[in-house]
Amino acid sequence: MNAVAGLKRLAAAAAFGIASAMLVAAGPVSATTLHIHNGGDPSSLDPHKVSGDWENRIVGDIFEGLVAEDINAEPIPGMATEWSVSDDGLVYTFKLRDAMWSDGTPVKASDFVFAFRRLMDPATAADYAYLQYPVKNAEKINKGEITDLAMLGIEAPDDKTVVITLERPTPYFLGGLTHYTAYPLPQHVLEAKGDDWVKVENIVVNGPYKPVEWVPNSHVRTVINDKYYDAANLKIDEVVFYKLEDESAALKRYRAGEFDIMTEFPTDQYEWMQQNLPGQARVAPQAGLYYYVINHNKPPFDDVRVRQALSMAIYREVIGPQVLGTGELPAYSWVPPGMAGYEPAYLDWKDLSQDEKNAKAKELLAEAGFGPDKPLKLQLRYNTNENHKRIAVAIAAMWKAIGVETELYNTETKVHYDELKDNILDVARAGWLADYIDPVNFLELLKGSLPEFNYGRYNNPEFDALLDKAALEKDQAKRYALLHEAEAIAMRDNAGLPIYYYISRNVVSPKISGFNDNIKDIHRTRWLSKSE
Amino acid sequence: MFGYAVKRLLSTIPVLWIALTFCFFVLRLAPGGPFDLERPLPPVVRANLEAHYGLDRSLVEQYFSYMGNVLIGDLGPSFTNDDFTVAELLAIGLPYTFTIGGAAFLLAILIGVLTGTFSALHRNSGVDYTIAAVIMTGLIVPNFLVAPILQLIFGVQLAWLPVGGWGNGSIAFLILPVVVLALPHAARISRLMRGSMIETLGADFIRTAKAKGIGGTLTVRRHAIKPALLPVLSYLGPAAGYLLTGSLVVENIFGLPGIGTYFINAALNRDYGMVLGTVIFYMVLIIVLNLIVDVAYAWLDPRVRAR
Repeated sequence: MNAVAGLKRLAAAAAFGIASAMLVAAGPVSATTLHIHNGGDPSSLDPHKVSGDWENRIVGDIFEGLVAEDINAEPIPGMATEWSVSDDGLVYTFKLRDAMWSDGTPVKASDFVFAFRRLMDPATAADYAYLQYPVKNAEKINKGEITDLAMLGIEAPDDKTVVITLERPTPYFLGGLTHYTAYPLPQHVLEAKGDDWVKVENIVVNGPYKPVEWVPNSHVRTVINDKYYDAANLKIDEVVFYKLEDESAALKRYRAGEFDIMTEFPTDQYEWMQQNLPGQARVAPQAGLYYYVINHNKPPFDDVRVRQALSMAIYREVIGPQVLGTGELPAYSWVPPGMAGYEPAYLDWKDLSQDEKNAKAKELLAEAGFGPDKPLKLQLRYNTNENHKRIAVAIAAMWKAIGVETELYNTETKVHYDELKDNILDVARAGWLADYIDPVNFLELLKGSLPEFNYGRYNNPEFDALLDKAALEKDQAKRYALLHEAEAIAMRDNAGLPIYYYISRNVVSPKISGFNDNIKDIHRTRWLSKSE
Repeated sequence: MFGYAVKRLLSTIPVLWIALTFCFFVLRLAPGGPFDLERPLPPVVRANLEAHYGLDRSLVEQYFSYMGNVLIGDLGPSFTNDDFTVAELLAIGLPYTFTIGGAAFLLAILIGVLTGTFSALHRNSGVDYTIAAVIMTGLIVPNFLVAPILQLIFGVQLAWLPVGGWGNGSIAFLILPVVVLALPHAARISRLMRGSMIETLGADFIRTAKAKGIGGTLTVRRHAIKPALLPVLSYLGPAAGYLLTGSLVVENIFGLPGIGTYFINAALNRDYGMVLGTVIFYMVLIIVLNLIVDVAYAWLDPRVRAR
């Protein structure tokens, strides 16, 4: 046959192929399956090896600790049905419920002891071990100063009782037990399979769901763990967590109904979403701070007048609504508001008008010896990302208005943090999401004795002393007063430049209920349901 | 032929070894390591992590240890994916990449050869120009623009096809990614085929065939297509390589678990084992493909064989 006829046959065959493929694609729906766009691929299913929020979503569905999270991410009884605290605030005693691992073995108190010891063992190299440092001897063991793991302040006097002893009274300890570093591990499986315990065909879990499939770079699938004590109340049968870093593509799949929940969305389409998908794009305050670090070791940034001038000239009110488009709130304190009743210490010039702030900023720069003939020059570093770039460009323009010349310098994330770690910066972008809901988690970023978190190397012994004193204070109100005083000092010193408080961004289909906004941005599947 | 192929393969082993060594050391020159994260690691944990992966040994020691492992097929652990080794990740991702890449390869050849031949036979007609215009669009518009447009039209608005994912592996999920991947190559093959076919049709042996009274279509099929395919063949070798590895954008946008993402992300994450693993894979692929092209040349053109 000739070429034209051949092409026609081909076209007909292709059309037939597409038609039949479409029939196959529209398959039957039996179980209630939740399709969640999760952003990245988890690096592991092992609670001791992960650190990202996309990993938390999966790990937090398959394991459960002593304390679990309710529909608003508040602590509720988990594996422990009740607990008591000693009068000196140092000893916590937990009573375990009758719960089973997914292979039918009972969850024992020794599983918690085993897990905590493994977490602190330096050989495990768990990057989040420091979260449970309030436990007695945890820090020393993790840093190798004590080699006997049995010295860790956790014991199992019997199969149903866990006793944890702390270094000092820690008000946020109970909330911190909801974190995945505090989850139990199936000791019998780890001892039998070693590092392979975490592979999907071997893994044994105690949470509402268990993983059944993991295709790297594609998805993780979990199904109901029928040995879970509350399995009868679970409304979702199956969850698929999709890896997809391209947020635009994810939004298209959401619109086509392939995703029920998106855990991040392209900010430049926020307005479009508000008009075309009303009520589905959700922004809510999240316990996090976006800030610029400033190098206290490098003149002229060691001059508080320079730091304050730079901070005052930032027009924070436009960054959320106009630069980013999603309405983040301006930050004038180091600790975001809404942290368990703590009242942040705000910068005392926060209520001036921007013109007044700029005028004062110019004055301060002049006092510090800068002016039109001797402009302040600095390098602003950020890691390569569209949003960081937009903000940096905007702030550079704001600084230009007070006569500061800014060089923008961006590098990929690894290089950015590698250099910050070595204190190579003038001014640099950084961010922090709370590990647990307590103001000290943010204040520690400015502690002189914690250089690995304190990129700017702010060092005020008065500030450090207040934090140390607060660590020993048992009365919550007095403790908060001490922390507030410390924060006020840091703000007066302009230790860093707070810019905005984080918001969580999700897109939730109207079919889903139980997805309540909260400052931890945690939404465990056991509270969700999906209508068809 | 077989002996020739074996000799060629053997001679490429030193090339592989040199390239791998070069990559190994150049990779370490990049600032930042695998453990420089948004959240800073306490120094003792970082030290433990590095010891765990053997990164605290001297570079030369690490090099010999790595090379020794490669010889027995152990490509080492992945730093970013703790639960899988590099070899496992590549093994899992390859079938997807091969399926998409292979299908795109065949589709590109099919469309390219057919439209190219058709254009050559009807050269300088209205149809020829129309095809050329459409083809040029496929060549010029980048695939990261074509992909979202097709997703929007066929996935969201018409809802004929799924927007992304691998799903249950049925053809519906493959159509859009394969088309996006194949388009630029189909365009190039079409242009190459057209030019080559025109040239071939002007050759002496075609005139001989016509003089003998052989009809148009038979001439094209039996005598013209094979030699005309030679330039296309030269293009196909590297093109196959591009299709299999350049699927990065397509895999990212459609959410397909192929190995394309490893090429970029492994480097950004300083996942040394994974970068070297992908380098090995890519080099072996190019070598094998070039070899196949050479052999195919000999088969297609008797004049080459005679030499």
